[in-house]
Amino acid sequence: MDMMEYFSNADLVGSSPILALGTFSLIALLVNSLVKNSQKIVFWVCVAGVVVSLWFAFDNFELNHTAFSDMLLVGGYASFYSILFLVITLFALFLSVPYLEKEEYHLGEYYILIILSTIGMMLMGSAGDLITIFLGIEIMSVAFYVLAGYFRTKLSSNESALKYFLLGAFATGFLLYGIALIYGTTGTTNLIRIAAQYPQAFMDPLHLIGWGLVLIGFSFKVAAVPFHMWVPDVYEGAPTSVTAFMSTGGKAAAFSAFILAFSVPMSMHDPKLTMVIAILAAASMLIGNWFGLSQTNLKRMLAYSSIAHAGYMLIGIASGTQLGQQGITFYLVSYGLTNLGAFGVIAMLEKENGKNLSYEDYAGLARTKPALAALLSMFMFSLTGIPPFAGFVGKYYLFASAVQSNLTWLAILGVITSLFSTYYYLRIVVYMYFREGGEELPPLSRISFATVVLSGIGIVVLGIVPSLILDVLKSMF
Amino acid sequence: MTGKNACPTKSNFMIPLNHYLLLSAFLFSCGVLGVVVRRNAIVVFMCIELMLNAVNLSLIAFSSYLGDATGQMLVFFVMVVAAAEAAVGLAIIISLFRNKQTVNVDELNILKW
Repeated sequence: MDMMEYFSNADLVGSSPILALGTFSLIALLVNSLVKNSQKIVFWVCVAGVVVSLWFAFDNFELNHTAFSDMLLVGGYASFYSILFLVITLFALFLSVPYLEKEEYHLGEYYILIILSTIGMMLMGSAGDLITIFLGIEIMSVAFYVLAGYFRTKLSSNESALKYFLLGAFATGFLLYGIALIYGTTGTTNLIRIAAQYPQAFMDPLHLIGWGLVLIGFSFKVAAVPFHMWVPDVYEGAPTSVTAFMSTGGKAAAFSAFILAFSVPMSMHDPKLTMVIAILAAASMLIGNWFGLSQTNLKRMLAYSSIAHAGYMLIGIASGTQLGQQGITFYLVSYGLTNLGAFGVIAMLEKENGKNLSYEDYAGLARTKPALAALLSMFMFSLTGIPPFAGFVGKYYLFASAVQSNLTWLAILGVITSLFSTYYYLRIVVYMYFREGGEELPPLSRISFATVVLSGIGIVVLGIVPSLILDVLKSMF
Repeated sequence: MTGKNACPTKSNFMIPLNHYLLLSAFLFSCGVLGVVVRRNAIVVFMCIELMLNAVNLSLIAFSSYLGDATGQMLVFFVMVVAAAEAAVGLAIIISLFRNKQTVNVDELNILKW
């Protein structure tokens, strides 16, 4: 029997970024179990894997076909998202080393789990089939459950892992039931073949229920209200470097699959589903920003902010236009850079046992660490959506897409809730610049600082020259 | 699974698709109810497994009804995923138990729910 009967060369080329990262993760696993104290080697193997995978993803960018009997999309959209996930992973890897050393919890498994979850993300971003989406979500989530509980002697980390695991697996059940019903009513799990049956299939109530259940599963993964209960607890309890990765990579992956599952197959012309998604978006913006106002812990505040940002991005899905999808993608890039930077700063300033995380602890930071205070302020401005930074451009495109598809109320609500959010984002800036304080700070690491500066440069450049990404996006959708 | 009628494929032995779907929906609801009502992490986890297996039942029923193998293939993936989740989930529960001597989800209150 010849292997080539089952896959063609094109399949292997198409899946090369995923295969490369998978190979490197296996090498890293072997090294980790065979060599004692091999954290540094494992780290560099993982970085090498990400770089090789990036190279393959860039190489595939121009292609435009599917692999493994339409299970996997190749090129364009899939490559763009793979590159985004890999860049986020690279940032997260470099942010993690000093953090784990500081917490005296430096094990090689950590890096392997990070790149294993990246494999799941890449599967989600290049899914042509509901089965691929399901597998991608699970590969990513199972690795995240372990990462959330990575500080296994700390109770808060255990607790966050258990909550994440129970609620995550619960949501998987709904997603899967939805997939089963869609499969039963259309006879296929392929997204394009489901799309081909677009208007007739919706006559069957089971089909609509199926999409509703899939929507529940996705809302959970993107952290949209009312499926957001896990977010604050998990973000607060998990190691900060893991939270940085989960809130950026995990969210980007969930949205990439969300776009593939909802926008591509039915171009979102089904009015009932559009309405439900618009309501989810509105609820996420309102509740996320409302609870954000009263937080005192920065990690928890960023968790509520993450819920609110899921709401902004859902506007793009509800609008169902290409402008909306481009908006989400741009927003994910800017949100990824901003949040990695913000969590990077928080991870640098965190003290043993999750101390030094409240607003008061940041008082007077502008005097003791002016560069960090300036960077954190930039990230907060970008999250608020203040012009020279990338967050503004992303919001502008999302709100424009809402207006374009007659969802003006959603855009107005988005602007109003953004105004609310100004209060809690800028409060930290006020504490840093206008309050007295400033005690002994842990020594800062150069690698973390360089990573944070890099993401700061990223959001400024994207805010001033958004066409760098937007031109690519326009050719893609 | 012995005997002549163990795998009835002829129409006079065929159980209609709806019966399978109703049973599956019932099992799924039992699972959801259990997750919402029960407080022991291990029982909650068992209820989640029940939900996944209810879905498997639907998938196989659809697959057999449609005469298409995709559903059965998906069932294998679901079983693998459920096994992986069980490994990770039980490990998380054990590491929690080591630190706190409880598996009751109501007693997890360091982080506000």
